Amino acid sequence: MDRYIRQTALPDFGTDGQDRLTAAKVLVVGLGGLGLPALQYLNAMGVGTIGIMDMDTVEYHNLQRQILYAEEDVGKSKLEVALRKLQSQNSETEVVPHATFLSKENALDVIQNYDVVVDASDNFPTRYLINDTCVILNKPFVYGALHGFEGHVSVFNYGEGPTYRCLYPNEPKADEVPDCNENGVLGVIPGIIGNLQALETIKVLTGVGEVLAGRLLVFDGLQPTFRTIKFQANLKNKSRDALKEHYGILHCAGVATLSVEVFSEKRMTTDYALLDVRTAGEFSKHRLAEAIHVPMDKLDLPEHLKNTSKPIYVICQSGRRSEQAIARLQETYPELNFYNVLGGMNQLSLHTH
Amino acid sequence: MTILLFGVTKDIVGSSSLSVPTSSVTGKKIPRTVSELKQFLGDTYPELNTLSSLAVAVNNAYAQDDQPINSYDEIALIPPVSGG
Repeated sequence: MDRYIRQTALPDFGTDGQDRLTAAKVLVVGLGGLGLPALQYLNAMGVGTIGIMDMDTVEYHNLQRQILYAEEDVGKSKLEVALRKLQSQNSETEVVPHATFLSKENALDVIQNYDVVVDASDNFPTRYLINDTCVILNKPFVYGALHGFEGHVSVFNYGEGPTYRCLYPNEPKADEVPDCNENGVLGVIPGIIGNLQALETIKVLTGVGEVLAGRLLVFDGLQPTFRTIKFQANLKNKSRDALKEHYGILHCAGVATLSVEVFSEKRMTTDYALLDVRTAGEFSKHRLAEAIHVPMDKLDLPEHLKNTSKPIYVICQSGRRSEQAIARLQETYPELNFYNVLGGMNQLSLHTH
Repeated sequence: MTILLFGVTKDIVGSSSLSVPTSSVTGKKIPRTVSELKQFLGDTYPELNTLSSLAVAVNNAYAQDDQPINSYDEIALIPPVSGG
Protein backbone atom coordinates (compact mmCIF):
# COMPACT_ATOMS: atom_id res chain seq x y z
CA MET A 1 0.00 0.00 0.00
CA ASP A 2 3.05 2.28 -0.17
CA ARG A 3 1.76 3.71 -3.38
CA TYR A 4 -1.23 5.36 -1.65
CA ILE A 5 0.41 6.09 1.71
CA ARG A 6 0.13 9.86 1.35
CA GLN A 7 -3.67 9.55 1.36
CA THR A 8 -4.10 6.50 3.61
CA ALA A 9 -2.05 8.43 6.19
CA LEU A 10 -4.93 10.91 6.45
CA PRO A 11 -6.92 9.92 9.56
CA ASP A 12 -10.22 10.80 7.87
CA PHE A 13 -9.42 8.72 4.80
CA GLY A 14 -7.23 5.85 5.95
CA THR A 15 -6.96 2.34 4.55
CA ASP A 16 -10.76 2.05 4.74
CA GLY A 17 -11.07 4.90 2.27
CA GLN A 18 -8.52 3.26 0.02
CA ASP A 19 -10.34 -0.08 0.18
CA ARG A 20 -13.56 1.63 -0.87
CA LEU A 21 -11.80 3.22 -3.84
CA THR A 22 -10.34 -0.12 -4.87
CA ALA A 23 -13.80 -1.71 -4.84
CA ALA A 24 -15.45 1.21 -6.68
CA LYS A 25 -16.60 1.45 -10.29
CA VAL A 26 -16.81 4.90 -11.87
CA LEU A 27 -17.93 5.79 -15.39
CA VAL A 28 -16.57 8.99 -16.93
CA VAL A 29 -18.70 10.16 -19.87
CA GLY A 30 -16.60 12.31 -22.20
CA LEU A 31 -12.84 12.45 -22.70
CA GLY A 32 -12.53 16.20 -23.03
CA GLY A 33 -11.61 19.18 -20.87
CA LEU A 34 -13.53 17.96 -17.80
CA GLY A 35 -13.17 14.20 -18.16
CA LEU A 36 -9.40 14.03 -18.52
CA PRO A 37 -8.34 15.85 -15.33
CA ALA A 38 -11.03 13.97 -13.38
CA LEU A 39 -9.74 10.68 -14.82
CA GLN A 40 -6.09 11.36 -14.19
CA TYR A 41 -6.76 11.88 -10.48
CA LEU A 42 -9.32 9.09 -10.08
CA ASN A 43 -6.89 6.71 -11.74
CA ALA A 44 -3.85 7.97 -9.83
CA MET A 45 -5.71 7.67 -6.52
CA GLY A 46 -6.59 4.06 -7.22
CA VAL A 47 -10.28 3.84 -8.13
CA GLY A 48 -10.52 0.10 -8.94
CA THR A 49 -12.60 0.15 -12.12
CA ILE A 50 -12.89 3.18 -14.39
CA GLY A 51 -15.11 3.21 -17.47
CA ILE A 52 -14.22 5.73 -20.18
CA MET A 53 -16.52 6.69 -23.02
CA ASP A 54 -16.01 8.80 -26.13
CA MET A 55 -15.88 8.38 -29.88
CA ASP A 56 -14.12 11.56 -30.94
CA THR A 57 -10.70 12.04 -32.41
CA VAL A 58 -8.03 14.25 -30.83
CA GLU A 59 -7.89 17.58 -32.64
CA TYR A 60 -5.36 20.41 -32.47
CA HIS A 61 -7.84 22.79 -30.87
CA ASN A 62 -8.34 20.26 -28.03
CA LEU A 63 -4.73 20.52 -26.84
CA GLN A 64 -5.18 23.92 -25.15
CA ARG A 65 -7.27 22.31 -22.37
CA GLN A 66 -7.19 18.53 -22.80
CA ILE A 67 -3.77 18.12 -21.29
CA LEU A 68 -3.52 14.33 -21.32
CA TYR A 69 -3.09 14.50 -25.09
CA ALA A 70 0.15 15.34 -26.88
CA GLU A 71 0.72 16.75 -30.37
CA GLU A 72 1.52 13.27 -31.68
CA ASP A 73 -1.98 12.13 -30.62
CA VAL A 74 -3.79 14.49 -32.99
CA GLY A 75 -5.90 12.46 -35.40
CA LYS A 76 -6.00 9.44 -33.10
CA SER A 77 -8.98 8.07 -31.22
CA LYS A 78 -9.39 9.79 -27.83
CA LEU A 79 -10.47 6.50 -26.33
CA GLU A 80 -7.34 4.64 -27.45
CA VAL A 81 -4.96 7.39 -26.39
CA ALA A 82 -6.61 7.85 -22.98
CA LEU A 83 -6.73 4.09 -22.38
CA ARG A 84 -3.03 3.70 -23.09
CA LYS A 85 -1.96 6.68 -20.97
CA LEU A 86 -4.18 5.79 -18.02
CA GLN A 87 -2.90 2.21 -18.06
CA SER A 88 0.67 3.40 -18.00
CA GLN A 89 -0.17 5.86 -15.21
CA ASN A 90 -1.54 3.10 -12.96
CA SER A 91 -1.34 -0.61 -13.81
CA GLU A 92 -3.33 -1.53 -10.70
CA THR A 93 -6.63 -0.05 -11.87
CA GLU A 94 -8.84 -1.52 -14.56
CA VAL A 95 -9.77 0.95 -17.30
CA VAL A 96 -12.76 -0.19 -19.37
CA PRO A 97 -13.15 1.47 -22.79
CA HIS A 98 -16.65 2.12 -24.20
CA ALA A 99 -16.22 2.98 -27.87
CA THR A 100 -19.49 4.81 -28.28
CA PHE A 101 -21.35 7.96 -27.34
CA LEU A 102 -23.97 7.64 -24.63
CA SER A 103 -27.35 7.07 -26.30
CA LYS A 104 -30.91 6.34 -25.29
CA GLU A 105 -30.28 2.77 -26.47
CA ASN A 106 -27.12 2.04 -24.44
CA ALA A 107 -27.40 4.31 -21.38
CA LEU A 108 -29.21 1.93 -19.00
CA ASP A 109 -27.08 -1.09 -19.97
CA VAL A 110 -23.79 0.73 -19.51
CA ILE A 111 -24.54 2.81 -16.41
CA GLN A 112 -26.03 -0.05 -14.39
CA ASN A 113 -22.53 -1.54 -14.09
CA TYR A 114 -21.13 1.50 -12.26
CA ASP A 115 -21.51 3.04 -8.79
CA VAL A 116 -21.13 6.67 -9.85
CA VAL A 117 -21.17 8.53 -13.16
CA VAL A 118 -19.00 11.58 -13.82
CA ASP A 119 -20.85 13.80 -16.29
CA ALA A 120 -18.00 15.29 -18.28
CA SER A 121 -20.04 15.68 -21.45
CA ASP A 122 -20.30 18.89 -23.44
CA ASN A 123 -23.95 19.10 -24.44
CA PHE A 124 -27.39 19.35 -22.83
CA PRO A 125 -29.03 16.27 -24.37
CA THR A 126 -26.33 13.99 -22.89
CA ARG A 127 -26.63 15.70 -19.50
CA TYR A 128 -30.40 15.15 -19.38
CA LEU A 129 -29.93 11.55 -20.55
CA ILE A 130 -27.38 10.91 -17.78
CA ASN A 131 -29.73 12.48 -15.23
CA ASP A 132 -32.75 10.45 -16.28
CA THR A 133 -30.79 7.19 -16.49
CA CYS A 134 -29.27 7.75 -13.04
CA VAL A 135 -32.72 8.51 -11.58
CA ILE A 136 -34.10 5.26 -13.03
CA LEU A 137 -31.12 3.25 -11.74
CA ASN A 138 -30.86 5.17 -8.45
CA LYS A 139 -27.21 6.19 -8.98
CA PRO A 140 -25.56 9.48 -8.05
CA PHE A 141 -23.76 11.49 -10.71
CA VAL A 142 -21.12 14.17 -10.42
CA TYR A 143 -21.95 17.02 -12.72
CA GLY A 144 -19.56 19.58 -14.17
CA ALA A 145 -20.20 22.16 -16.89
CA LEU A 146 -18.55 25.26 -18.30
CA HIS A 147 -19.33 28.57 -19.89
CA GLY A 148 -16.43 30.85 -20.80
CA PHE A 149 -14.66 31.70 -17.54
CA GLU A 150 -17.35 30.04 -15.40
CA GLY A 151 -17.96 26.53 -14.20
CA HIS A 152 -20.67 24.63 -12.34
CA VAL A 153 -20.31 21.54 -10.12
CA SER A 154 -22.88 19.54 -8.19
CA VAL A 155 -23.62 15.97 -7.15
CA PHE A 156 -27.09 15.08 -8.35
CA ASN A 157 -29.38 12.23 -7.29
CA TYR A 158 -27.23 11.46 -4.24
CA GLY A 159 -29.51 9.53 -1.88
CA GLU A 160 -32.61 11.63 -1.30
CA GLY A 161 -30.89 14.66 -2.83
CA PRO A 162 -32.13 16.70 -5.78
CA THR A 163 -31.57 15.98 -9.47
CA TYR A 164 -30.46 18.08 -12.43
CA ARG A 165 -34.13 18.59 -13.35
CA CYS A 166 -34.81 20.05 -9.86
CA LEU A 167 -32.53 22.90 -10.84
CA TYR A 168 -33.24 23.03 -14.57
CA PRO A 169 -36.54 21.24 -15.30
CA ASN A 170 -36.52 21.72 -19.07
CA GLU A 171 -33.87 20.79 -21.62
CA PRO A 172 -32.80 23.96 -23.47
CA LYS A 173 -33.74 23.99 -27.12
CA ALA A 174 -30.96 23.85 -29.70
CA ASP A 175 -29.15 27.20 -30.08
CA GLU A 176 -30.76 28.71 -26.98
CA VAL A 177 -27.63 28.46 -24.84
CA PRO A 178 -24.22 28.04 -26.45
CA ASP A 179 -23.33 24.37 -26.52
CA CYS A 180 -20.25 22.35 -27.29
CA ASN A 181 -17.75 25.03 -26.26
CA GLU A 182 -18.76 27.11 -29.26
CA ASN A 183 -18.65 30.09 -26.92
CA GLY A 184 -15.01 29.46 -26.10
CA VAL A 185 -13.41 28.27 -22.90
CA LEU A 186 -10.19 29.34 -21.18
CA GLY A 187 -7.94 26.26 -21.03
CA VAL A 188 -7.46 26.08 -17.27
CA ILE A 189 -11.15 26.42 -16.31
CA PRO A 190 -12.11 22.82 -17.20
CA GLY A 191 -9.05 21.69 -15.24
CA ILE A 192 -10.41 23.38 -12.11
CA ILE A 193 -13.94 22.07 -12.59
CA GLY A 194 -12.83 18.54 -13.59
CA ASN A 195 -10.63 18.33 -10.50
CA LEU A 196 -13.55 19.37 -8.30
CA GLN A 197 -15.57 16.59 -9.93
CA ALA A 198 -12.82 14.12 -9.05
CA LEU A 199 -12.88 15.32 -5.44
CA GLU A 200 -16.68 14.96 -5.17
CA THR A 201 -16.49 11.51 -6.77
CA ILE A 202 -13.95 10.40 -4.15
CA LYS A 203 -16.21 11.76 -1.37
CA VAL A 204 -19.26 9.95 -2.76
CA LEU A 205 -17.28 6.69 -2.95
CA THR A 206 -15.64 6.87 0.47
CA GLY A 207 -18.16 8.81 2.57
CA VAL A 208 -15.43 11.25 3.60
CA GLY A 209 -16.60 14.83 4.16
CA GLU A 210 -19.75 16.57 2.98
CA VAL A 211 -20.88 15.69 -0.52
CA LEU A 212 -21.87 18.66 -2.70
CA ALA A 213 -25.49 17.49 -2.98
CA GLY A 214 -28.40 19.93 -2.88
CA ARG A 215 -25.93 22.69 -3.66
CA LEU A 216 -24.70 24.07 -6.96
CA LEU A 217 -21.17 25.38 -6.86
CA VAL A 218 -20.70 28.27 -9.27
CA PHE A 219 -17.09 29.23 -9.98
CA ASP A 220 -16.36 32.53 -11.65
CA GLY A 221 -12.72 32.56 -12.72
CA LEU A 222 -12.65 36.27 -13.46
CA GLN A 223 -13.68 37.63 -10.07
CA PRO A 224 -12.63 35.01 -8.80
CA THR A 225 -15.42 33.65 -6.61
CA PHE A 226 -16.87 30.34 -5.52
CA ARG A 227 -20.55 30.64 -4.68
CA THR A 228 -22.83 27.81 -3.59
CA ILE A 229 -26.55 27.91 -4.23
CA LYS A 230 -28.77 25.66 -2.13
CA PHE A 231 -31.70 23.93 -3.77
CA GLN A 232 -34.25 21.29 -2.88
CA ALA A 233 -35.39 18.04 -4.39
CA ASN A 234 -38.69 18.15 -6.22
CA LEU A 235 -40.19 14.73 -5.60
CA LYS A 236 -41.69 14.45 -9.06
CA ASN A 237 -38.13 14.43 -10.47
CA LYS A 238 -36.98 11.67 -8.13
CA SER A 239 -38.90 8.80 -9.68
CA ARG A 240 -38.91 7.78 -13.29
CA ASP A 241 -39.79 4.48 -14.99
CA ALA A 242 -38.38 5.03 -18.44
CA LEU A 243 -36.24 7.38 -20.47
CA LYS A 244 -37.94 10.04 -22.54
CA GLU A 245 -38.84 9.31 -26.15
CA HIS A 246 -36.45 11.93 -27.38
CA TYR A 247 -33.33 13.77 -26.31
CA GLY A 248 -31.78 16.42 -28.56
CA ILE A 249 -28.75 15.57 -30.65
CA LEU A 250 -26.68 13.52 -28.24
CA HIS A 251 -23.17 14.59 -28.94
CA CYS A 252 -21.53 17.73 -30.04
CA ALA A 253 -22.35 18.48 -33.63
CA GLY A 254 -23.92 15.04 -33.37
CA VAL A 255 -20.96 13.57 -35.07
CA ALA A 256 -17.90 11.39 -34.58
CA THR A 257 -15.02 12.40 -36.79
CA LEU A 258 -11.87 11.13 -38.38
CA SER A 259 -9.10 13.03 -40.06
CA VAL A 260 -8.22 12.37 -43.70
CA GLU A 261 -4.93 10.82 -42.52
CA VAL A 262 -6.80 8.27 -40.43
CA PHE A 263 -9.39 7.84 -43.18
CA SER A 264 -6.66 7.05 -45.73
CA GLU A 265 -5.26 4.46 -43.37
CA LYS A 266 -8.69 2.92 -42.69
CA ARG A 267 -9.33 2.66 -46.45
CA MET A 268 -6.54 0.12 -46.63
CA THR A 269 -7.19 -1.80 -43.42
CA THR A 270 -10.90 -1.70 -42.56
CA ASP A 271 -14.17 -3.03 -43.89
CA TYR A 272 -16.28 0.11 -44.15
CA ALA A 273 -18.90 1.89 -46.22
CA LEU A 274 -18.42 5.38 -47.66
CA LEU A 275 -21.29 7.76 -48.38
CA ASP A 276 -20.76 10.84 -50.53
CA VAL A 277 -23.48 13.43 -49.86
CA ARG A 278 -22.49 16.01 -52.48
CA THR A 279 -24.64 16.97 -55.49
CA ALA A 280 -24.75 14.82 -58.63
CA GLY A 281 -22.66 17.45 -60.42
CA GLU A 282 -19.86 17.41 -57.85
CA PHE A 283 -19.98 13.64 -57.62
CA SER A 284 -19.65 13.09 -61.37
CA LYS A 285 -16.61 15.40 -61.59
CA HIS A 286 -14.52 13.71 -58.97
CA ARG A 287 -15.30 10.79 -56.69
CA LEU A 288 -13.71 8.06 -54.68
CA ALA A 289 -14.16 4.69 -56.34
CA GLU A 290 -15.98 3.03 -53.46
CA ALA A 291 -18.26 5.97 -52.62
CA ILE A 292 -22.02 5.45 -52.60
CA HIS A 293 -23.76 8.60 -53.81
CA VAL A 294 -26.52 9.81 -51.44
CA PRO A 295 -27.15 13.51 -52.11
CA MET A 296 -28.38 15.69 -49.23
CA ASP A 297 -31.85 16.17 -50.74
CA LYS A 298 -32.40 12.41 -50.95
CA LEU A 299 -30.63 11.50 -47.76
CA ASP A 300 -31.20 7.89 -46.73
CA LEU A 301 -29.22 4.67 -46.51
CA PRO A 302 -29.28 1.96 -49.15
CA GLU A 303 -31.05 -1.17 -47.86
CA HIS A 304 -27.86 -3.19 -47.39
CA LEU A 305 -26.45 -0.66 -44.90
CA LYS A 306 -29.51 -0.26 -42.68
CA ASN A 307 -28.37 -2.95 -40.26
CA THR A 308 -24.65 -2.92 -40.94
CA SER A 309 -22.06 -3.29 -38.21
CA LYS A 310 -19.41 -1.68 -40.43
CA PRO A 311 -18.35 1.90 -39.75
CA ILE A 312 -20.00 4.28 -42.20
CA TYR A 313 -17.76 7.15 -43.29
CA VAL A 314 -19.52 10.18 -44.71
CA ILE A 315 -17.80 12.69 -46.96
CA CYS A 316 -18.66 15.91 -48.82
CA GLN A 317 -16.52 18.68 -50.30
CA SER A 318 -15.52 20.47 -47.06
CA GLY A 319 -16.88 18.34 -44.21
CA ARG A 320 -19.81 20.60 -43.33
CA ARG A 321 -22.64 18.97 -45.26
CA SER A 322 -21.43 15.52 -44.22
CA GLU A 323 -21.66 16.65 -40.59
CA GLN A 324 -25.28 17.74 -41.08
CA ALA A 325 -26.01 14.54 -42.97
CA ILE A 326 -24.73 12.43 -40.07
CA ALA A 327 -26.78 14.39 -37.54
CA ARG A 328 -29.89 13.54 -39.59
CA LEU A 329 -28.95 9.93 -40.31
CA GLN A 330 -28.03 9.28 -36.68
CA GLU A 331 -31.54 10.25 -35.58
CA THR A 332 -33.04 7.65 -37.95
CA TYR A 333 -30.36 5.00 -37.38
CA PRO A 334 -29.17 5.45 -33.80
CA GLU A 335 -27.47 2.03 -33.73
CA LEU A 336 -25.15 2.65 -36.68
CA ASN A 337 -21.66 4.13 -36.41
CA PHE A 338 -21.22 7.19 -38.61
CA TYR A 339 -17.98 9.14 -38.92
CA ASN A 340 -17.45 12.48 -40.59
CA VAL A 341 -14.35 12.74 -42.76
CA LEU A 342 -12.93 16.08 -41.55
CA GLY A 343 -12.26 18.58 -44.29
CA GLY A 344 -13.86 16.30 -46.91
CA MET A 345 -12.66 15.97 -50.49
CA ASN A 346 -10.75 19.30 -50.23
CA GLN A 347 -8.58 18.03 -47.43
CA LEU A 348 -8.19 14.65 -49.05
CA SER A 349 -6.83 16.13 -52.27
CA LEU A 350 -4.31 18.20 -50.27
CA HIS A 351 -3.28 15.11 -48.42
CA THR A 352 -2.88 12.82 -51.41
CA HIS A 353 -1.04 15.21 -53.75
CA MET B 1 -31.31 45.99 -5.92
CA THR B 2 -28.36 44.34 -7.62
CA ILE B 3 -28.76 41.30 -9.84
CA LEU B 4 -25.66 39.17 -10.47
CA LEU B 5 -25.53 37.58 -13.90
CA PHE B 6 -24.00 34.25 -14.85
CA GLY B 7 -23.63 32.15 -17.99
CA VAL B 8 -25.54 33.27 -21.04
CA THR B 9 -27.48 35.93 -19.06
CA LYS B 10 -24.18 37.79 -18.64
CA ASP B 11 -23.66 37.60 -22.41
CA ILE B 12 -27.22 38.75 -23.14
CA VAL B 13 -27.05 41.76 -20.82
CA GLY B 14 -23.41 42.48 -21.63
CA SER B 15 -22.36 42.94 -18.00
CA SER B 16 -21.82 40.82 -14.89
CA SER B 17 -24.38 42.70 -12.80
CA LEU B 18 -27.43 44.82 -13.23
CA SER B 19 -29.16 47.36 -11.01
CA VAL B 20 -32.95 47.27 -10.69
CA PRO B 21 -34.73 50.27 -9.15
CA THR B 22 -36.51 49.65 -5.87
CA SER B 23 -38.63 52.79 -5.87
CA SER B 24 -40.52 54.02 -8.86
CA VAL B 25 -39.73 57.39 -10.35
CA THR B 26 -40.90 56.48 -13.84
CA GLY B 27 -44.23 54.93 -12.89
CA LYS B 28 -42.90 51.56 -14.00
CA LYS B 29 -43.98 48.65 -11.80
CA ILE B 30 -41.33 47.61 -9.26
CA PRO B 31 -40.73 43.84 -9.09
CA ARG B 32 -41.80 42.38 -5.73
CA THR B 33 -41.45 38.66 -6.53
CA VAL B 34 -39.10 36.46 -8.53
CA SER B 35 -41.59 36.09 -11.37
CA GLU B 36 -42.16 39.87 -11.50
CA LEU B 37 -38.41 40.31 -11.63
CA LYS B 38 -38.14 37.86 -14.56
CA GLN B 39 -40.87 39.80 -16.33
CA PHE B 40 -39.21 43.13 -15.59
CA LEU B 41 -35.85 41.94 -16.95
CA GLY B 42 -37.50 40.19 -19.90
CA ASP B 43 -39.10 43.48 -20.98
CA THR B 44 -35.67 45.09 -21.23
CA TYR B 45 -33.79 42.03 -22.50
CA PRO B 46 -36.27 39.95 -24.54
CA GLU B 47 -33.67 37.22 -25.16
CA LEU B 48 -34.00 36.27 -21.49
CA ASN B 49 -37.58 35.18 -22.21
CA THR B 50 -36.37 32.51 -24.63
CA LEU B 51 -34.51 30.51 -21.96
CA SER B 52 -36.31 27.22 -21.21
CA SER B 53 -34.77 26.97 -17.75
CA LEU B 54 -33.38 29.81 -15.67
CA ALA B 55 -32.54 29.39 -12.00
CA VAL B 56 -32.89 32.47 -9.80
CA ALA B 57 -31.06 32.45 -6.49
CA VAL B 58 -32.10 34.78 -3.68
CA ASN B 59 -29.49 35.03 -0.92
CA ASN B 60 -27.72 31.94 -2.31
CA ALA B 61 -30.80 29.75 -2.29
CA TYR B 62 -32.84 28.62 -5.29
CA ALA B 63 -36.06 30.63 -5.38
CA GLN B 64 -39.48 29.70 -6.72
CA ASP B 65 -41.39 32.17 -8.90
CA ASP B 66 -43.71 33.31 -6.11
CA GLN B 67 -40.92 34.13 -3.66
CA PRO B 68 -41.00 37.79 -2.49
CA ILE B 69 -37.87 39.86 -3.03
CA ASN B 70 -36.73 43.18 -1.61
CA SER B 71 -33.86 45.61 -1.88
CA TYR B 72 -31.73 43.84 0.75
CA ASP B 73 -31.66 40.57 -1.14
CA GLU B 74 -28.73 39.38 -3.19
CA ILE B 75 -30.14 37.97 -6.39
CA ALA B 76 -28.36 35.92 -9.05
CA LEU B 77 -29.53 34.63 -12.42
CA ILE B 78 -27.96 31.23 -13.06
CA PRO B 79 -28.90 29.66 -16.38
CA PRO B 80 -27.74 26.14 -17.26
CA VAL B 81 -24.30 25.91 -18.89
CA SER B 82 -23.11 23.00 -20.92
CA GLY B 83 -19.52 23.22 -22.14
CA GLY B 84 -17.06 20.46 -21.36
